[in-house]
Amino acid sequence: MEGFLINWITTFPNFAAPLLLACMGLIICERAGVLNLGAEGLMVVGAMFSVMIIYSGGGILLGVVGGMFAATMLSLVFGIAVVVFRADQVLSGLVVVALGTGITGIVGRAYTHKPIQGIEKFDAGALGDIPFIGRLVFEQDPLVYVTLFIVIAGWYLLMRTNWGLRLRAVGEDPATADISGVDVQGMRLVAVMISGALCGLAGVYLAVVSSQVWVEHMVAGRGWIAVALVIFARWNPIRAIFGALIFGGAESLTPRLLAIGADVPVYLMNMLPYAITLLVLLWPYIRGRAASSAPSSLGHEFLRQDRH
Amino acid sequence: MSKAMELSGIDKSFNGKPALTNANLEVEWGEVHALLGENGAGKSTIMNVATGVYASDAGDVTLDGKKLKVTGPQMATELGIGMVHQHFRLVTRFTVAENVLLACKDQLGIRTTHEAAEAINAKAAEVGFPVHANAIVGDLSVAEQQRVEILKVLLLGAKIIILDEPTAVLTDQESNTVLEFVRKLAEQGNAVILITHKLREVISYSHRVTVMRGGETVLVGADAENLTAEELAAHMVGEQIMAIEPIDAEPGDVRLHIENLVVPNPIGGVGVEGVDINLRGGEILGIAGVGGNGQQQLADCLMGLADADTGKIELNGDDVTASSVRKRRSDGLRFIPADRSQSGIVPDMTVAENLAMTGVPDGQYGSLMSISRKTMRADAKQAIEDHNIMGASPNRSSRLLSGGNAQKLVLARELRDNLSVLIAHSPTRGLDVKACKTVHTSIKNAVENGAACLLISEDLEEVLSLSTRVAVMSKGIIVGELPMQENTREEVGKLMLGHA
Repeated sequence: MEGFLINWITTFPNFAAPLLLACMGLIICERAGVLNLGAEGLMVVGAMFSVMIIYSGGGILLGVVGGMFAATMLSLVFGIAVVVFRADQVLSGLVVVALGTGITGIVGRAYTHKPIQGIEKFDAGALGDIPFIGRLVFEQDPLVYVTLFIVIAGWYLLMRTNWGLRLRAVGEDPATADISGVDVQGMRLVAVMISGALCGLAGVYLAVVSSQVWVEHMVAGRGWIAVALVIFARWNPIRAIFGALIFGGAESLTPRLLAIGADVPVYLMNMLPYAITLLVLLWPYIRGRAASSAPSSLGHEFLRQDRH
Repeated sequence: MSKAMELSGIDKSFNGKPALTNANLEVEWGEVHALLGENGAGKSTIMNVATGVYASDAGDVTLDGKKLKVTGPQMATELGIGMVHQHFRLVTRFTVAENVLLACKDQLGIRTTHEAAEAINAKAAEVGFPVHANAIVGDLSVAEQQRVEILKVLLLGAKIIILDEPTAVLTDQESNTVLEFVRKLAEQGNAVILITHKLREVISYSHRVTVMRGGETVLVGADAENLTAEELAAHMVGEQIMAIEPIDAEPGDVRLHIENLVVPNPIGGVGVEGVDINLRGGEILGIAGVGGNGQQQLADCLMGLADADTGKIELNGDDVTASSVRKRRSDGLRFIPADRSQSGIVPDMTVAENLAMTGVPDGQYGSLMSISRKTMRADAKQAIEDHNIMGASPNRSSRLLSGGNAQKLVLARELRDNLSVLIAHSPTRGLDVKACKTVHTSIKNAVENGAACLLISEDLEEVLSLSTRVAVMSKGIIVGELPMQENTREEVGKLMLGHA
């Protein structure tokens, strides 16, 4: 039993990282007032393009950057639609999901089920031999550490810098930000692109670290879980870390149980992350804290010459 | 004195609809210059042109003798123009210091919230206006938020200070404090533009006045001390408006009896915390008080839109505490909601449909399976004529009505049939003087015909001119009730502040 627990818990970061990356991107985007429901589509694009580049011999680094870049470009299309042309944010987000799934379905056909050389876990040598802590803390893959760095840096940027103050002002009260000389549209576009890059990296993680292969539907709703995670974290990156670990733990339970040959209802177990999502989404509403922590102008377009 | 700001020949239109036509304004250093006009007269628009929020279609802006084009709010700030908006430009979830930091944007060497807090405290001490730099703006009272706005503008080095209806949301006493402060700013050599529609503020606190009407400046830079309230009102409205005559009716039977009513506020904050009211036919009981003190919950609960925790509501002697809205309506209870476009009318439905809305459940316009549009239209035609609803025809969308005419539509629907008690919540909010007069006259006529009216309003002027008795609501309770007398205004003001 102890062995099972250790094996299970050491997989948490691996399952949590992609959720956390996407969630961090969405937090920045939503803090700027743009509701980005396209995470699923952005993750698929990141995953497929990284595999395509690595399989074609571009190397891992180029694969990671390429996957992020492709997702960023897709998010830029979304950003221009909702920020510049003030298209409906919900519908545009759904279009991004459809676009991402569609593009990768077609382009990715040639790369389906072709294994690639991905990123492996660190071998920390002696450090890894420290019981439990060694494997959990030191023997993760490099992107897990990068993820943690991104989230902490993102928190600092958002909550402790003038740039973050302006970005949050744009999401809370764009008219006030505008009058204070903040470029509202520019800020929102940048936030959308950051969310694109981070959702892309989340997809890259799934393809290049977790599965090391491209298969259609491999993102399997994790983009939507990330959207839910933002609400659970109440738009706070640090709380998102814990949220992601909970979700990651729920997701990794099934493969771990199967690995020790436990007789569990697999389909029911596979439902777990989504069932938890549902509960977690209800939680802030039950506590009555959801509305009070969302950025005030989330989902609202902004036009300077509007007469109020 | 030299000129601080001169706007000449300003034109501005929105989607082809002119908002400003050849508007002129000149303000001197060291004066409080009132910009007087009704809602929609173009006061805010011309100031938005001056501060670069809107680009004008034609006309010149001259600042301190230099003709230039203000291209954006940032440039206005650099030129020393500061505006305190009616809807404060403060991020309510940020602290005072964070808001100042946001507004400073690396100017004044303020880079951290700590430096911002120091700057605020220094400025606050200088002008004698205390604020808590680390308080969350949303937790502050409206008067305190306004101080933050004024301090922010001063910190940014404003010499031309524009205040957009600064007293609209304040009690009388708070208003006097801020207006005294405004005078002091002018005495120190600044130019202050006071946007207002209150004549009192022009006469008592301004040096000169510019009056706007329908997007034009009809009186430019006149000496305020040589003008009477009647003259100002005539310029503002374009014609003489007579003050409303007091109600001429003897109090009749008790129509509405409220006992120890407690209504929770679903979003937190103040609800109704135990209210007793006795209202007779032929009476208008005015409930004065600053908004957010339980007025909304009281109105909603009386109409059956919110449940009471405890207490009793009797309508014409019958207990209706648990009755449906429909039952209350058929017993003669009627409602003018504060939010006209949200709960007063359905903007996308036609005038006839809106007028028929309350009659349909009683079968006035046919049964469940068939509706008589012909009757509906005929009734609507009659109502439009009776209440002089301009721009309306039975099949026209209600959205196309102006605020005043939309309110006439609401009145036409609510005042008809067996009206017994009218709950009027801010019935003239956002309306111009003429429309106010019409609304007041309709209410007055209904009361003189025997109805009772509970008038809940933040507009003290309205409460005092229309009511037969005045009560003040504060923190969910009635803190005092006064018969109409000469000195009521001051007494009511004291009660609103909780000093009595």
